[in-house]
Amino acid sequence: MAVRRLHPLQAGGFAFSDENLRWAKETIAKYPEGKQASAIIPLLWRAQEQEGGWLPEPALRAVADMLGMAHIRAMEIATFYTMFQLQPVGSKAHVQVCGTTPCMLCGSESLIELCKTRIAPTQHTLSEDGAFSWEEVECLGCCANAPMVQIGKDVYEDLTPDLFEKVLDGFAAGKPPKPGSQTGRTASAPKGKLTSLKESVTAGGKS
Amino acid sequence: MLLKDEDRIFKNIYGQGDSGLAAAKSRGAWDGTKTFIDGGHDAIITEVKGSGLRGRGGAGFPTGLKWSFMPKDDPRPSYLVINADESEPGSCKDREIMRHDPQLLIEGALLSSFAIRAHVCYIYIRGEFIRERERLQAAIDEAYAANLIGKNNIHGWDFDFYVHHGAGAYICGEETALLESLEGRKGQPRLKPPFPANVGLYGAPTTVNNVESIAVIPDILRRGGKWFASLGMANNTGTKLFQISGHVEKPCVVEEEMGISLKQLINDHCGGVRGGWDNLLAVIPGGSSMPLIPAHLCDELTLDFDSLTKLKSGLGTAAIIVMDKSTDPIKAIRRIAYFYRHESCGQCTPCREGTGWMWRVLQRMERGEAEHHEIDLLWDVTKQVEGHTICALGDAAAWPVQGLIRHYRHVIEERIDARKAREDEATPANAAE
Repeated sequence: MAVRRLHPLQAGGFAFSDENLRWAKETIAKYPEGKQASAIIPLLWRAQEQEGGWLPEPALRAVADMLGMAHIRAMEIATFYTMFQLQPVGSKAHVQVCGTTPCMLCGSESLIELCKTRIAPTQHTLSEDGAFSWEEVECLGCCANAPMVQIGKDVYEDLTPDLFEKVLDGFAAGKPPKPGSQTGRTASAPKGKLTSLKESVTAGGKS
Repeated sequence: MLLKDEDRIFKNIYGQGDSGLAAAKSRGAWDGTKTFIDGGHDAIITEVKGSGLRGRGGAGFPTGLKWSFMPKDDPRPSYLVINADESEPGSCKDREIMRHDPQLLIEGALLSSFAIRAHVCYIYIRGEFIRERERLQAAIDEAYAANLIGKNNIHGWDFDFYVHHGAGAYICGEETALLESLEGRKGQPRLKPPFPANVGLYGAPTTVNNVESIAVIPDILRRGGKWFASLGMANNTGTKLFQISGHVEKPCVVEEEMGISLKQLINDHCGGVRGGWDNLLAVIPGGSSMPLIPAHLCDELTLDFDSLTKLKSGLGTAAIIVMDKSTDPIKAIRRIAYFYRHESCGQCTPCREGTGWMWRVLQRMERGEAEHHEIDLLWDVTKQVEGHTICALGDAAAWPVQGLIRHYRHVIEERIDARKAREDEATPANAAE
């Protein structure tokens, strides 16, 4: 378990934008009558997106009220699930570096070192210009493309410190690079020649 | 012999082709689906039982048997829940299915739901897989638009398929924690019994299956359970997505027959171990919770549930983490111990306290700052965690540490001795006093 607390400085209020409110109502309708609490993770996630990548306390109360839940239940969700950021994140990028063993074997420690020197010495801390923040996260499920980082919705894979530096340069300049493998691999296929599915296969056999 | 391309179920696993509906149909998806539904619920279950399919989420429980536990005449609605909370370190296969072959998953969800008499299916995708979620939702929208699923669809079985997601908690891959999370609570596992087949989602009968288990169902029905059973080995049938990470020349995800030898998998698909086969130190064969297997046991190793269990390890999700001789095994397992400490849900004391305790001791052992007797103490603590928790996370945290002690006790001891020797050198002998 990790210690996770709310940020001491909190904004005044929270309300979903009209578009997000419409979306929230559709989402709640996915679950049976009386089971609207099921929608809490998707709704809090949308609130975090709306608030620039972190979840202020008023949003917890607003979402809990929408779903007819006690405020403490929303608080439990926000502190239990580690993708909810409880403090402000970098305005251009919040970098999540996978540090678990498969990535560690492939060099994720050097990526973390780079975060420390280039962004901030400690996790969950804004860089001096407020544009970046970083954290070490547990396995992101891209192990055949290790080491990798997730920034926003996208993953950047097969990194070296140099390639990672380029990714960060891209975000700093407001031109994020193409997501996926940074060495040009196709998804999780072995690099170079394919060892399977060499020709496209269709229902009737090879095409 | 490697698996022939025509025997592959996932024909677009690298996304070379389009993932859209038309392309998926040209690869064979949604062919004859109505015939299987017309054949009835039990015919599907019988065929799947006959295929020998064992669940692909890690435990290897026979899928057809699991389905047969669902009540047949229950007034409550039944649910299928697909577990796409792929978070076991080393595992990265469900992601490829969702983003590159989503129609197979949707078709499988319809057929499996029909088999267990469910009209609604939720898929719980880990929160980090945002693009995968978008891709799957787009595929579902396409299937609805083509009236393949939904109310009054062309298959004659009303079926709604909803995407749900988590927000960063490994424990939600445990099926009852997943159900808790899906109901809007912290992902803390439930006591079993009652099992989900009797009291699952919203208190109703529920089957929870892994993404890969569901996505192979249509092909099993199309080609027959016998075809699936003819691949692989007895009791370990069919094909499987293997995921190889770590110190190989070309890490990849690849579909192969169950029971392929580790050596062939690594040499033929991954370009070999970095520095050659003789440079292999150990492998973790089934995702981080499985005990590691040292190189001298790897030469003849086949990758199937039964032979790995014999070596006191397991196939798990078939996520193979390869470590060459440059690896410090204590450090590798210390990082896994940190993972479990981070991901323990905190509900059961042995796990909440034990995972942190094991991690802290391993940190010291990595530096040699421990005593020999602490190795036995650590072993003892793993045994106090294992089997004493509501869910298997406690076991998953204990096993890698046990594997380390079982196979690399000498490394821990040498590290301690080296540290002591350094300290003796630094302190002048005071024997003369």
